[in-house]
Amino acid sequence: MTRPILQVEGLAVELRGEAGTAQILDDVTFHVPAGGSLGIVGESGCGKSTLLRAILGILPKGAETPRGSILFEGRDILSDRAASARGRIGFVPQDPYLSLNPVFRAGDQILEIMRRHAPGSRRDHRAKIVELFRAVQLPDPEAALAKYPHQFSGGQRQRLLIAAALACDPSLLVADEPTTALDVTTQREILSLLRGLAADRGLALLFVTHDFGVLASVCDRVTVLYAGRVAEGGPTRTVLDAPQHPYTRMLLACHPDRATDLAGIPGTVPAATAQPSGCRFHPRCPIVRGSCAESPPQTVTEGDRVVACPFHAEPILA
Amino acid sequence: MARYILRRVLLALPALFGLVILTFVLSRVVPGDAAATLAGDAATPAQIADIRARYGLDRPIMEQAAIHVRQVLTGDFGRSIFSGRPVAEEIIQRLPATLELTFVALFLATVIGIPLGLLAALDHNGPIDHLVRLLSVGGLAIASFWLAIMLQLVFSMDLDVLPLRGRMDVALGQPARVTGSMLIDSLLAGRLDMFVDACRHLVLPAVTLALPGLATIARFTRSGVLETLQKDFVLYARAAGYGRVRLAAIYVLRNAVNVTVTQIGLLFGALISGAVAVEAVFDWPGLGTYAVQAILSADYKALLAVTLVVGVVYAVVNVAVDVVQALIDPRVAEEHR
Repeated sequence: MTRPILQVEGLAVELRGEAGTAQILDDVTFHVPAGGSLGIVGESGCGKSTLLRAILGILPKGAETPRGSILFEGRDILSDRAASARGRIGFVPQDPYLSLNPVFRAGDQILEIMRRHAPGSRRDHRAKIVELFRAVQLPDPEAALAKYPHQFSGGQRQRLLIAAALACDPSLLVADEPTTALDVTTQREILSLLRGLAADRGLALLFVTHDFGVLASVCDRVTVLYAGRVAEGGPTRTVLDAPQHPYTRMLLACHPDRATDLAGIPGTVPAATAQPSGCRFHPRCPIVRGSCAESPPQTVTEGDRVVACPFHAEPILA
Repeated sequence: MARYILRRVLLALPALFGLVILTFVLSRVVPGDAAATLAGDAATPAQIADIRARYGLDRPIMEQAAIHVRQVLTGDFGRSIFSGRPVAEEIIQRLPATLELTFVALFLATVIGIPLGLLAALDHNGPIDHLVRLLSVGGLAIASFWLAIMLQLVFSMDLDVLPLRGRMDVALGQPARVTGSMLIDSLLAGRLDMFVDACRHLVLPAVTLALPGLATIARFTRSGVLETLQKDFVLYARAAGYGRVRLAAIYVLRNAVNVTVTQIGLLFGALISGAVAVEAVFDWPGLGTYAVQAILSADYKALLAVTLVVGVVYAVVNVAVDVVQALIDPRVAEEHR
C-alpha cells in the first residue's frame, strides 16, 4: 500500500459552550493514500464540517483537540502550528455563490493565496492562474482574472474555486460537498473535472458528501461517520454493495434509488452536548443489545474493512 | 460608471430646487418682520413701508418666490439686510473656513474611527472592544461646547501648547487669499511657518468637532466588520490560507465599510451644524457664526443663502459618497444602471 498522505488517528474535538462541552468528534481514524480518494459520508450534524476545519487548521474559537493527531505528509499539523498545511492542502468549498468575496476581482483573490504559499513573482502567479483557468475550462481565461464573482455563473465560480485550490500545487484536495449548490448537469461536469484533474496531477482527494451517487463516482474508499464517530469504513464498492454497520445499512436503505418503501431511520442524530452512552447509535438501532448502552463498541477489522459494531452480522427485521 | 455619476448628479438637482422653494416659504411663514427689524425701534410706519417697497417685500408672495428662484439661478443672493453687503460675497468670505474645519474634522474622524472600529470588532468583547465602546458612548454624549472649553483650558491655558482661538497667529499675517483655506493658501505661498501655525490652530476645533463623528464611524465600522466576519467567504479565505492581518484589514474591511461610508455622508450635515458651537467658542470666522448672526437679526436673505450653500455642499458630498460606494463595491453601479 502507498504511504498515506493524510492520516487521522483517534481524533477527538470538543467545543466548550454555554450549554456545556459538546463532543463533536471522538476517536476518528482514517487515512487517505497518496493519489487515492476517500469519501466521508454522514448525515448533517455528524461532525463532517468540524473534521474538515480540523484538517484545514481553522477550528472555531473554543474548540479543543484533547486526543488524536492529524498527520499530513508525515507531520502533525494539529499540534505543530509551524507545520500547518494551509495552502498545501487545496480546499474546494461547498457553496460557490457565498465563498468568493463579492468586492474583489477573481484574479486578486487567488493571487492573495499564492502571495503567501507559492514561490515566484506576481507575474509568474498571474501566468499560473491563467494556465489553471484553462485547465478548469473557464471561458476566456485572461479576461476572467479581472472579473468580479457576480459576473460568473455558479458552475464557473466552482471552476474558479477549483483553480484557486490548485494554485499552490497541493498534493491533497479537500472538497466539501462541492456540487450540492449546483444543478444536476453542472454537478456532473464539476465531478468529472475534479476526477480528471486529480488523475492528471496525481492528487489525493478527500471528499465530504452525503450523496452516495457522488461518492460512488469519485471515491475509491469511504468512511461513514455517525454522531462524531466512525461507523464503518472500506472500499466504496464493497461498502455500498454489502454494508455491515446497522447505520450504514439503514442509511443506504433510505436512498431513493434503493429504497423499497423509503423507510427512514427512526429518531434523530443526537445533540453533540448529549451523546448517548456506549454505542451512539444504540437508541435508534434495530438490533440493539443490552451491552450496547454500556461501553463504546469494539471496532472489528476484516481485511480492508472496519466496522464499529460487533453484532453487524445480525439481520435487520422490519 | 460615468453614466452612474451623471445619474446621481441629476437626481440631486430636484432636491436642491425643492430646498430653494421650501426655505423661501419657511422664511415667509415664520413670524418676524424683516422690514421692521431693519428700520429700527424708532421708525415711523412710513419708513417701514418704504423699506418694504425697496426690498420688494410688498409684492405678492408668488412673485417674490419667482424673483427669488431667478436670482438664485443667476448666483445673485441679494444684499444682506443687516450689513448691506452682497450676501454671496460674505458667504464666499466665510465658507472656506467652515469647509476647512469640517473636512479636517471628518478626515480625523474617518482615519481614526475606521481602524478603531476594525480593532474593536476583531477583539469582540475583549478589552479593546470595551475601550472603544466607552469612547464612542462618550464621544456622542459629551456636549461639544463643553469639550471645546475644557480643551482650551487644558491645552491653551494650563499647558500653553496650542493656540486659544482664531485661524492664524496675528503676528504672522495671512497668506495671499487663493482658495480661502489657510492650509492650502499657506502652502501655495510657500510659507511653511504659516502652514504649521494653521495646523496648530486647527487641532482643538477639529478634534472637538471630530469626536462625535469618530464615535459614529467607529460604531458602524465595528458592526459592519462583525457582520462580515460571519460570511462564508471569510471562512473560505482562512481555509485557503490568506494572511490574518491582510484578510482583516483589506478583504473584510472593504466589505464592511460601505455602511460606514453612507454614515460619513450623513455625518457631514451634522458636522456643519455642529460647527456653529465650535466656531463660536474658538472664534472661527466661518459660516456657522454668520448663520447665527443672520438668525438673530432676521436677515432672511443671508439665511436663505446659507441654507442653500449648505444644501449644495451636502448634495455634492452625497454624490461623492455614491461614487465611493460604487468604487468599493462594483455591484452598486450595476444595480442602479
